Amino acid sequence: MTRRTIAELLLVVLPTVALAIAMPFLYSNELLLFNFVMFLALSQGLNVLYGFTGFLPFGYVGFFGVGAYGFALSVMHLNAPPLLALGLAGTASLLLALLLSPLLRLSGAYFAIASLAAAQAVYEVIANPALEDITKGPYGVSLAGVYAPTASYAAAVAILACVQLAMVWLRNSRFGLSLQAIREDPVSAAMAGVSVVRGRSIAWLISALVAGLVGGVFAWHVSVFYPEAAFDVGTSIFAIVFTLFGGAGTTLGPLLGVLLLYGVYNLIGITVPQYFQLIYGTLIVLLVLFLPNGVVSLLTRRGIRVP
Amino acid sequence: MLHAVLAGLVFGCYFTLVGLGLNLVFGVMRIVNLAHGDFLMLGAFSAFWLFTLLGLHPLVSAPIVLVAFALLGFPLYYVVVPRLMRAKNSEMLSIILFFGLQQMIQALATIFFGSSERSIPGRILGIGPFRLFGEALPKAWVFSAAVSLTAVLMVYVYLYRTRLGMLTRAVMVSREEAVATGIDVHRVCAFAFAIGLALAGLAGVFAPFMLGSITPAIGGDIDIAAFAVIVVGTLGNPLGTVLGGLVYGVSLMLMQTYLSSWANLLPNLLLIAVLLLRPTGLLGRSVRRA
Repeated sequence: MTRRTIAELLLVVLPTVALAIAMPFLYSNELLLFNFVMFLALSQGLNVLYGFTGFLPFGYVGFFGVGAYGFALSVMHLNAPPLLALGLAGTASLLLALLLSPLLRLSGAYFAIASLAAAQAVYEVIANPALEDITKGPYGVSLAGVYAPTASYAAAVAILACVQLAMVWLRNSRFGLSLQAIREDPVSAAMAGVSVVRGRSIAWLISALVAGLVGGVFAWHVSVFYPEAAFDVGTSIFAIVFTLFGGAGTTLGPLLGVLLLYGVYNLIGITVPQYFQLIYGTLIVLLVLFLPNGVVSLLTRRGIRVP
Repeated sequence: MLHAVLAGLVFGCYFTLVGLGLNLVFGVMRIVNLAHGDFLMLGAFSAFWLFTLLGLHPLVSAPIVLVAFALLGFPLYYVVVPRLMRAKNSEMLSIILFFGLQQMIQALATIFFGSSERSIPGRILGIGPFRLFGEALPKAWVFSAAVSLTAVLMVYVYLYRTRLGMLTRAVMVSREEAVATGIDVHRVCAFAFAIGLALAGLAGVFAPFMLGSITPAIGGDIDIAAFAVIVVGTLGNPLGTVLGGLVYGVSLMLMQTYLSSWANLLPNLLLIAVLLLRPTGLLGRSVRRA
């Protein structure tokens, strides 16, 4: 490990995880804390794909929803213990990612739109009344038998820690460097001997796995949910906006994005959603126009390296 | 069967109009106007208020909305797009930017109009069915389809019979070369953007008849349908949209007739299938970047 890797581990990963562990003792709204951890992990997972390959998955929530339903179906039909169900949730998400990997042939807006359509298609299948016997269709699932808020929160923090470690590895490894080369110029990267398809596919699978695990832990934590909640496109968009707001491609960026924006959301969004929506929309427009590389670009622009 | 196909063709004409503006904007500027469905929603609300407060017939409010939205398009273009185009990956950033705009529009619409469902009675576009080859179709559908076809014709005339339209096509083919030959790209793009908004507004006027009652939140679903239409009929080729609209309309009606519980899957599957099998759309020539 280089000194830079150790510094990133100590300065970014350790404080976040420590804070996530300490917060339940200082603050009692556990669902809110869980949502923070969930969005931190989701944003980092999206960051793996968008920050390192430039593919913007608008349908990222598809993996999240499949994870949630993977967990729910394992518990309902297989009577699986929660941790095994979590593993199956991740597996389900990986399988969906393999199925959808041809989407990586598309570029730019085509990929973003197609991934959104794919997530919607999965939602239409799972929420279809014709499949009520298997998925409970549009009527939602209830997993009261495995409800365990503290254990599921701990699992979410563990997932967050793993994603952060993966980010640090990507930022400091040969593989991460090759991904960034692919993002900047796929043709030149391929000519330099980088396997473009392999690199993109691995980033895609990591990203999907993270969303599937987070979806599974979401199902575990809330234990009663409807398909609309598991496949809410808003979840993708939150993750995208948080990542972009902070700065894609950095470990610190998505953390800043979630803490600032999701913090603001919880201060004013709950009481007057329309006004929050208005402020949020304005903020996004201004962000893209004036800070397209995120808050961290205020530092990187001055030559300061941001972890 | 004949009824489903005919209804699909008529419905498809309307969906051509829904996608047309989105496609023009993408074709010329390579940016994705994710707020397209929300401008359509605003057009629908304009028609609703013009009808409720002033008693204006939708066919009268259509040209008013058309002009008003076009006028709105110019300032919006100059505020947002030139700055966006300077960014490195403007295509991606545009999706996010217009998502932000979508949120603003939806929030303002909810604040000013409330979130209740609004509708215009369909009978004001004519009572009773319209007979076409012995099949009965709602008169409102036929009106909307006729207006849509007129709009497509106008866009065709603009693109192929006017000087500005020729310049627009030049920008579509290659922005760099258009700049190099001295075309005022921003003026051309501003017109295309304004026309795109005007078409969204026009489609909105007929939305209460074609899509059911309207709320500030309908924009998102319309976006997906509009994307399916324009991707099927070649992204970036405004006239291919007609084919996309017809394919979409007919397959939607067939699905609703024979497999109704799965009909909502259709736009998504159509979109993915076309993107994967023919990434350039049904009419596209095989041009692919790395």
